[in-house]
Amino acid sequence: MIIDHPLLGPRDSAEFTYMGDARLIDRPDPDAETAAQDFYEYGYLRDNPAGWHDELWFHEAGDRSWLVVTRNTLTHEISKVQLARDVARSRGRSK
Amino acid sequence: MTQVNRIGRGQVDFTKTLKFSFDGKSYTGHPGDTLASALLANGVRLMGRSFKYHRPRGPLSAGSEEPNALVELRSGARQEPNTRATTAELFDGLFAKSQNRLGSLKFDLLSINDRFSNFLTAGFYYKTFMWPAAFWEKLYEPIIRKAAGLGALSLKDDPDVYDKGFLHCDLLIIGAGPAGLSAALTAGRAGADVILADEDFRMGGRLNSETFAIGDASGADWAAASVAELASLPNVRLMSRTTVIGAFDHGIYGAVERVSDHMHTPDAGKPRQVLWRIYTKQTVLAAGAIERPIAFENNDRPGIMLASALRTYANRFAVAADRRVAIFTNNDDGHRTATDLYARGIKIAAVVDPRPDAPRSMDYEVLRGEVIDTKGRLGLTFAEVKLVDGSMRTLDCGALGLSGGWNPNVHLTCHQRGRPTWNADLAAFVPGADLPAGMTVAGAAQGDLSTAGALAGGAKAARAALGLKGRMAALPETEDAPVNITPFWYVEGCARAWLDQQNDVTVKDVKLSHQEGFRSVEHLKRYTTLGMATDQGKTSNMGGLAIMAELAGKTIPEVGTTIFRPPYTPTAIGVLAGRHREQEFHPKRLTPSHKWAEEQGAVFVEVGNWLRAQWFPLPGETTWRESVDREVLATRKSVGVCDVTTLGKVDVQGTDAAAFLNKIYCNGFAKLAVGKTRYGLMLREDGIAMDDGTAARLAEDHFVVTTTTANALPVYRHMEFVRQCVCPDMDVQLISTTEAWAQYAVAGSNSRKLLEKIVDQDISNDAFPFMACANITICGGLRARLFRISFSGELAYEIAVPTAYGDALMRKIIEVGAEFDVTPYGTEALGVMRIEKGHAAGNELNGTTTAQNLGMGRMISKLKDSIGKTLSQREGLNADGDLRQVGIKPVDPGDPVPAGAHLMNADGPIDAAHDQGYVTSACYSPNLGHAIALGFLKNGSERLGERMQLVSPLTKVHVDVEITSAHFIDPEGDRLRA
Repeated sequence: MIIDHPLLGPRDSAEFTYMGDARLIDRPDPDAETAAQDFYEYGYLRDNPAGWHDELWFHEAGDRSWLVVTRNTLTHEISKVQLARDVARSRGRSK
Repeated sequence: MTQVNRIGRGQVDFTKTLKFSFDGKSYTGHPGDTLASALLANGVRLMGRSFKYHRPRGPLSAGSEEPNALVELRSGARQEPNTRATTAELFDGLFAKSQNRLGSLKFDLLSINDRFSNFLTAGFYYKTFMWPAAFWEKLYEPIIRKAAGLGALSLKDDPDVYDKGFLHCDLLIIGAGPAGLSAALTAGRAGADVILADEDFRMGGRLNSETFAIGDASGADWAAASVAELASLPNVRLMSRTTVIGAFDHGIYGAVERVSDHMHTPDAGKPRQVLWRIYTKQTVLAAGAIERPIAFENNDRPGIMLASALRTYANRFAVAADRRVAIFTNNDDGHRTATDLYARGIKIAAVVDPRPDAPRSMDYEVLRGEVIDTKGRLGLTFAEVKLVDGSMRTLDCGALGLSGGWNPNVHLTCHQRGRPTWNADLAAFVPGADLPAGMTVAGAAQGDLSTAGALAGGAKAARAALGLKGRMAALPETEDAPVNITPFWYVEGCARAWLDQQNDVTVKDVKLSHQEGFRSVEHLKRYTTLGMATDQGKTSNMGGLAIMAELAGKTIPEVGTTIFRPPYTPTAIGVLAGRHREQEFHPKRLTPSHKWAEEQGAVFVEVGNWLRAQWFPLPGETTWRESVDREVLATRKSVGVCDVTTLGKVDVQGTDAAAFLNKIYCNGFAKLAVGKTRYGLMLREDGIAMDDGTAARLAEDHFVVTTTTANALPVYRHMEFVRQCVCPDMDVQLISTTEAWAQYAVAGSNSRKLLEKIVDQDISNDAFPFMACANITICGGLRARLFRISFSGELAYEIAVPTAYGDALMRKIIEVGAEFDVTPYGTEALGVMRIEKGHAAGNELNGTTTAQNLGMGRMISKLKDSIGKTLSQREGLNADGDLRQVGIKPVDPGDPVPAGAHLMNADGPIDAAHDQGYVTSACYSPNLGHAIALGFLKNGSERLGERMQLVSPLTKVHVDVEITSAHFIDPEGDRLRA
């Protein structure tokens, strides 16, 4: 596969390490009343879609960016690649 | 022996003669021959024995689809089994043997299997060898493996080199027949970057095998002229002997180039084969079509082949498989073979065609009927024909050409789950609409079986792929015959009629499998093995499908096909491995003082990719324990030095550096003073311990974090994840500096005295106390980092210098330490000392243990959030009686306490249900004079002093042990702070 890195252009997927569902960005609030249940769901429950999937790839043999890659698990088509940092900020992650 | 079956001219070079041997007999051939064509030229039709029944077999085809003519090519370490004689290019001195036989090829003792064929039908493995189970491994399997199967491996190391390479292009064209050449000419003349790959050693595809003209030239000459023009274009790369084996994602193709397979041994410096990874924007698949046979009784005798193969042998190789040839066809193309062979003076016994509208001939007899049986023990002698009026004819022939129609070669269109669709006019599957992105199919592969169709299809495909505008150049005039075919798969009433000759699957087997309920095409394949092994059913799948469809009362498209997967043809493991074998299997990482360690005669151990000194044997030491014990005692007594460069080092800088460490470590770092170091425990988000190390605060906004050697990469990845995905607004930057700094542990009561001789600053206990850290200089100005941390439990330091100075520093330490008898120690002594001290390491942080298990539960700060904190508080990880890290020593000092052994109550039963814990790390302590161990024990912290049984039934260990504190040496830590 070829991943079109937002900063570096098209790169072979062999340069990356895969981590899975990009919902790992949505780390729950540890101070919430429901933190225990929230973290359990965050840690263990994942969708396994046959189709479009946002997933995390780490450019380990490159610039060390974490990317959110939108990939179709049936066809391996990639429709969007974003810096995970930008996605995290847009979803309210900060410090 | 002379080449009795040479006829006229072809594309072989008769000016040169090549010698070769097959089964110990010498023959001659010419450049341009394959092993199969040369053997046929010498009158040899018998080339192998079949997989199961050991039936005599000759080549069915003239290409890579060959199921039968598999040989062991070359000898010694280069011996290669299952090589298709039909693609093996002849070279001088070629040495080949037939395979899967007991005795000689002509008198194979295992041909007795053919007599027992009733017992060896579909699924016979599953039915026959059910009981008793233990017999399978010891008795049945070895016998079956010997009796059934393919060629043998040499079991020697492959002496040749295999390479990998990367290529990029605008247009990849797969196949250099008329469609591929036409596409390449169109694209090449337009200036596009083109790669044209073909598995054959001679480009041209079927044009080399046919007699019709293109324009004013013969097809073969037109192909040669086209190849010459393409070779003159700098933007075109011609790759013959190159098989595109797979179509992968996003326009990436795998191709194997057989650089040296056509030579006795590779030229100096040249690889045997190269695995190319081709990145292309667009692809034209012009892989042609493969003819399929017709099934009838005894249709597998040597001499019976595809009609197109007979044509190839005659026209391209100037070889007649025999001087008397019959043809059995259901389509017009089969008649071409008779015409071509007749023109070369071969006697055509008859053309048998079941169709009422079969073409007639003035030159030879055309019979309306079917071939129903054949004769000839080691090769065809007679064919029995049943005519449409019911009468019988016996044809005297040594070769019989079969043509059941052509299958477009759709293989690569299916590698991305594409499904071929049925074309009733061709009675064949053609590429479906769901092609791999960027792929266009042209020529016979698309179902355009005429030469004119191929030329036009190739040109159009290239124009479409490259978006070329303007008028299309005129194409030369050539053959444009329509396809006339009436599907005919097998002769009614036949049983032992071979569908898949490679796997000995007959019409009867397919019927049996249907009867036994294997109705899906994928089940049929697995149960009967139809379509498996080296040819993957290229000539046999369609026949099987047709019979299945008939039995199920369905149409062929309703039954569907099995999925084609890479590789297209068998691929050697060696070329997939490339240079990554033996010592080069993975990269080797050496520390800066590796050379010094080698000079000391160190014994090295692989840790990840690193080579680390395990111990340093001295003359006279005969066992590793002697060396390790000495290193431990000398270090504790005076001073030792150990290379710890391999530990992961991560530089953490920024105004939020302390806040970041607070996030990744479960214990607090915000209040760590500048100039101090702290032990840190990292948890995974699920609350399990991930890694541990130290973080040294060199400045308000600058920490140096260490990780274990093995986890350096995953921990760094995790830290970047937290930084970018969890805390994207923190002002913090990370960089791995593992390879930037050489680091040495200097440990022992004299370590300060030794370092004082090197370090430029005051490092007295007051100026540089336990857990201090600082940027310093050594040897009068070289920048360095000093950490007063201890893994051994002694007064100890770790000193780091830029990598380039690592070797020099190590030599300096040894030089100035001579007066203290400084002793280099390796990873074994390091391990012994950390077990003596009770420090957890990888064996304890094993991916199942929590901070609580490690006795560090209270380290998890309640005052802040950190990765893993929330889930570490789960009830299930905090139950009473959980495992706790403890020390273990034998009651009898002579007993061992091996790692992996389990703890049982002193008076309790010994079984898994009563398991109390287990040993994680063990060693012999030279300081205590007996074995010691670390381990985990239920409620362990409350059980110090308890006597238990330590057992390992597998290794027959059963000793009495006592539970102790994990800190065997200096439990108060006085030495650390001295």
